Amino acid sequence: MMLRKLQASSCHELQADLGRRAVIGIPFLWLLLFFFIPFIIVLKISFAYTEIAIPPYSDLLEYADEAVTIVLNFGNYLFLADDPLYLSAYLGSLEVAFFGTLWCLLLGYPMAYAMARAPRKWQSALMIAVLLPSWTSFLIRIYAWMGILRNNGLLNNFLMWLGVIDQPLIILNTNVAVYIGLVYAYLPFMVLPIYANLVKLDHSLIEAAQDLGARPVECFFRITLPLSKSGIIAGSMLVFIPAVGEVVIPQLLGGPETLMIGKILWQEFFNNRDWPVASALAMVMLLILLVPIVFFNNSRQKELGGDS
Amino acid sequence: MGRKTNFSNIALGFGLVFLYLPMFILVIYSFNASRLVTVWAGFSTKWYGELFKDDQLIDAVLTSLEIAVCAATAAVILGTMSAYLLNRFGKFRGRTLFSSMITAPLVMPDVIIGLSLLLMFVSLSTSIGWPEDRGMLTILIAHITFCTAYSTVVISSRLREMDVSIEEAAMDLGASPLKTFFVITIPTIAPALASAWLLSFTLSLDDLVISSFVSGPGSTTLPMVVFSSVRLGVSPKVNALATLMILCVSLAAFIAWWLARRADRAQRDAYQIMERDQ
Repeated sequence: MMLRKLQASSCHELQADLGRRAVIGIPFLWLLLFFFIPFIIVLKISFAYTEIAIPPYSDLLEYADEAVTIVLNFGNYLFLADDPLYLSAYLGSLEVAFFGTLWCLLLGYPMAYAMARAPRKWQSALMIAVLLPSWTSFLIRIYAWMGILRNNGLLNNFLMWLGVIDQPLIILNTNVAVYIGLVYAYLPFMVLPIYANLVKLDHSLIEAAQDLGARPVECFFRITLPLSKSGIIAGSMLVFIPAVGEVVIPQLLGGPETLMIGKILWQEFFNNRDWPVASALAMVMLLILLVPIVFFNNSRQKELGGDS
Repeated sequence: MGRKTNFSNIALGFGLVFLYLPMFILVIYSFNASRLVTVWAGFSTKWYGELFKDDQLIDAVLTSLEIAVCAATAAVILGTMSAYLLNRFGKFRGRTLFSSMITAPLVMPDVIIGLSLLLMFVSLSTSIGWPEDRGMLTILIAHITFCTAYSTVVISSRLREMDVSIEEAAMDLGASPLKTFFVITIPTIAPALASAWLLSFTLSLDDLVISSFVSGPGSTTLPMVVFSSVRLGVSPKVNALATLMILCVSLAAFIAWWLARRADRAQRDAYQIMERDQ
């Protein structure tokens, strides 16, 4: 009996070892091949020359006189530094993403707070209500605002009917429309992490503070807000990082004044077919986002992988 | 503290109206008879009729659905493996790199993912001759990659909540890890697998930017068709299409929610029975 169990366990161990390797290996290789290595290729092509060929860039390795030489072209990066358009597009993206995140936080935090305070039986329904819009098509949600914000759109018609304005407000194709679109599209990503954080908050801490004579406002700023810091950080990263590289919102709701790097990269790639410059733009964007992304990854890791 | 009319409840109400009003307006105006989108000219379903006459659109819908079904299925399989190894395998070499590669796609801007994958495919095809063309296959690979990240997060949270002692009991009784996984783990996390599949399905169906980079001349997905017509302005036909898409997604989300609720109830009932028997 003992022996059989022993044999079985060693057999299982071998099987388990093989299984373990497969379970680690398959997703690991997939992500390595289709997520990690592509970044190295972008880095490589950002140092290439633009060529009129298929594919439209030069090879970094050259075979001449039986020796391999590596030709690095820093020109793409110098080109980016030279043209003020790119600098202002990076700054524009950061500005729009920053204020978009701030607006999301200002609207999202009270929403999450009210959800966490709502009666228990309502909470899951409220969560679905906030989450549901983010499941519907992003493109469609942005498109919906085009019809509302146009010069002869619903908002202007409504305001003129009220008599508040007698000339239509120009909102579509301005930065105001971009902010509305950003807050609309990313609000659920701000609300849910904060809600998840606030709902776990130990209520006795607030009661203790109130017993000791703290006013509600003081209670909020000295206890609730600091304790929900990790939710605020997670939500802000989930909004800020994708917003910096946003393409669809500036293209559909923004106007000529909206300079954002995602839009410029898209145009550089699809309209000018300049792949090396587009790669250099992507590399610089990645460099800017590296700090927030690492920050976000570290905060997620605790949640993803248990305690180990 | 007043429960009914404090600031945060007003913000919640405003936020929900803000989230739903634009879609509500879109749905109403899809039944507008007038070609002018902002003038109401009576109820009509003619724009829905025109949708079904548009062959390019139907083709794009079929392409998108095919990619979404395949991508969601593959992403759930890869996501289950990733979630399992992150939660049950403890430390292994490359764990930090792996978990970074799982979480980074959640926030990485689409333009960067799209561009890097395209350049990867181009480099591969010039060096080893595969993939020959860009098209459905390359879109599918791209979608599997980012959907895997989302699936992993959904499945991981369920695996973490699951009681490990049931798995341990099965293995103590002589079940192999593989058998334990299929007989114990999979049924327990089934609702999470369903929601991960549905989430991946909607993400794949919705993706515009990454698909635009990695697609070839022969393959156009639904968001690409919608985007090119939306750029020309608002049209009642797009409103009708949008309404149908909102309807489908609401249905999928409702099913996902219902599955999760049913699973929760079943679990609670099981615990109650266990407590009663003790």
